[in-house]
Amino acid sequence: MIAPQSVGVVTPQRAEFTTPLALRGGGTLDSYHLIYETYGTLNAERSNAVLVCHALSGSHHVAGTYADAPHNVGWWDNLVGPGKPLDTRKFFVIGVNNLGGCYGSSGPNQINPATGKLWGADFPFVTVEDWVESQAHLADQLGIRRFAAVVGGSLGGMQAMSWALQYPERVGHVAVIAAAPKLTAQNIAFNEVARQAILTDPEFHGGHYYEHGVVPARGLKLARMVGHITYLSDDSMAEKFGRSLRHGRNTYSYDVEFEIESYLRYQGDKFAGYFDANTYLLTTKALDYFDPAFEYGGNLPAALARASADFLVVSFTTDWRFSPERSREIVYALLHNKRNVSYAEIDCPAGHDSFLLDETRYHKLLSAWFDRIEV
Amino acid sequence: MTAYRYDYDVITQWIEPGEKVLDLGCGDGELLRHLMEVRQVQGYGVENDPDKLLGSVRNGVNVIQMDLEKGLVGLEDGFFDHVIMSLSLQAMHNTQGILREMLRVGREAVVSFPNFGYWRHRQSILNGRMPVSESLPHQWFNTPNVRFFTIADFDALCEINGIAVRERLAFDEGKLVLEEPNFLASVAVYRLGLER
Repeated sequence: MIAPQSVGVVTPQRAEFTTPLALRGGGTLDSYHLIYETYGTLNAERSNAVLVCHALSGSHHVAGTYADAPHNVGWWDNLVGPGKPLDTRKFFVIGVNNLGGCYGSSGPNQINPATGKLWGADFPFVTVEDWVESQAHLADQLGIRRFAAVVGGSLGGMQAMSWALQYPERVGHVAVIAAAPKLTAQNIAFNEVARQAILTDPEFHGGHYYEHGVVPARGLKLARMVGHITYLSDDSMAEKFGRSLRHGRNTYSYDVEFEIESYLRYQGDKFAGYFDANTYLLTTKALDYFDPAFEYGGNLPAALARASADFLVVSFTTDWRFSPERSREIVYALLHNKRNVSYAEIDCPAGHDSFLLDETRYHKLLSAWFDRIEV
Repeated sequence: MTAYRYDYDVITQWIEPGEKVLDLGCGDGELLRHLMEVRQVQGYGVENDPDKLLGSVRNGVNVIQMDLEKGLVGLEDGFFDHVIMSLSLQAMHNTQGILREMLRVGREAVVSFPNFGYWRHRQSILNGRMPVSESLPHQWFNTPNVRFFTIADFDALCEINGIAVRERLAFDEGKLVLEEPNFLASVAVYRLGLER
């Protein structure tokens, strides 16, 4: 045992792909590139690689910091590093920015090689399955035949699950955290509100806002505000903000009065300052489309029959966006197929965002599970 | 903690190699680990205590977090060959419900419990104190047990619920008891099915 440490300063890398990628939505990327980071060392047998898949607003920057931005800490830094649950003394960990993302991988804010201009709204629709396929091509380039584990929370958990279905022979263990086998109507509804906020922003310009030198910041801000509400629990919001008033009394105006308003506006503005609206649209659609049971007539156990990995499924008691019931569906479907699966429901007040926290029981569980993985 | 779990040997004998086994209240997964090693079972534990669940994961045992008081919702009818509940039935409120659920999802149920009718326990009560023994290690004020019943009580319960007792073994702190089990045995292990 050592005290948990940071992986330290990291440098993103770029992988180029010239073999065309046929996408589920019908489009094709003739060539593309992925930005990724790695932590730890790939062993001689190349058997200790773990892929960490990111969620809606995540990136390849999973852990560590940058030399020129020491405060830019990876989004799952509490999980990945020496002495942390996903211990980089044992594992070689990879984070990759998904296709269609806005952190440097091929996506709407990158140059379309065919036109020499930014892709914008012309970037094709991408699905969870497309992401997994592109990640497999990255693994090929890195000489990784089989991942010791693929791990993800939320939309990242869907990718981890999809790995077990698309490449059952290439993944030994899968951790599906705060995820679901498909979105509910309510969940799609939240995504649709977010998309409408962006699509109806006058500065969206059909997705080609870059050419106009503007961004649909209002729409993106609203989208984030709606999303943020659903990532927190009623209790956590009540505890954090309650009905606290900025001025200690009602001022009868539409300026910030309640602290929750201030918080949501701040989060929305911040997000609109760095995230790309087209990526938000594409990514929420990928969430909506994910439904591996669809081609099996909605029969999830039949869909998961292909999986051979050992699973860990984790949910959080106060997560109502990806509720424990949805995780249990995955567990029962795996059980039906006699797959190895463990399931924990973590008592944590923080709602969907719990999966990003270093809640003690949660991280102890992940540590125990990763410790069992032989590399 | 595990010294008195001689019911494990009996349970192991009743499990055929390669069976699908569900262990309710599996703790740190010790029994399942054993059954995986000596019977190559495809085993799953159910546990609701986060610390015990962690123990099972550390032991490399499949474990599903679930509140047994709510039954085994989501598990398929007849999926398991054996559903085990080792020394936990007395700690559940929903006694009849869980027995019904065990025999719904399993072909057979295996249940072990401490016999409150054991002579030492009777003697303790006659002396005016609640029993504390190897099979009942807790004090009355900190026991997790909520149901206090004897072998005779359990037989009667099976009778009224249409549960067939296919086999029953009784022990006095590790030694097999053949006569007067309700008086002489501290623990009983049952193999149960549904009456046809």
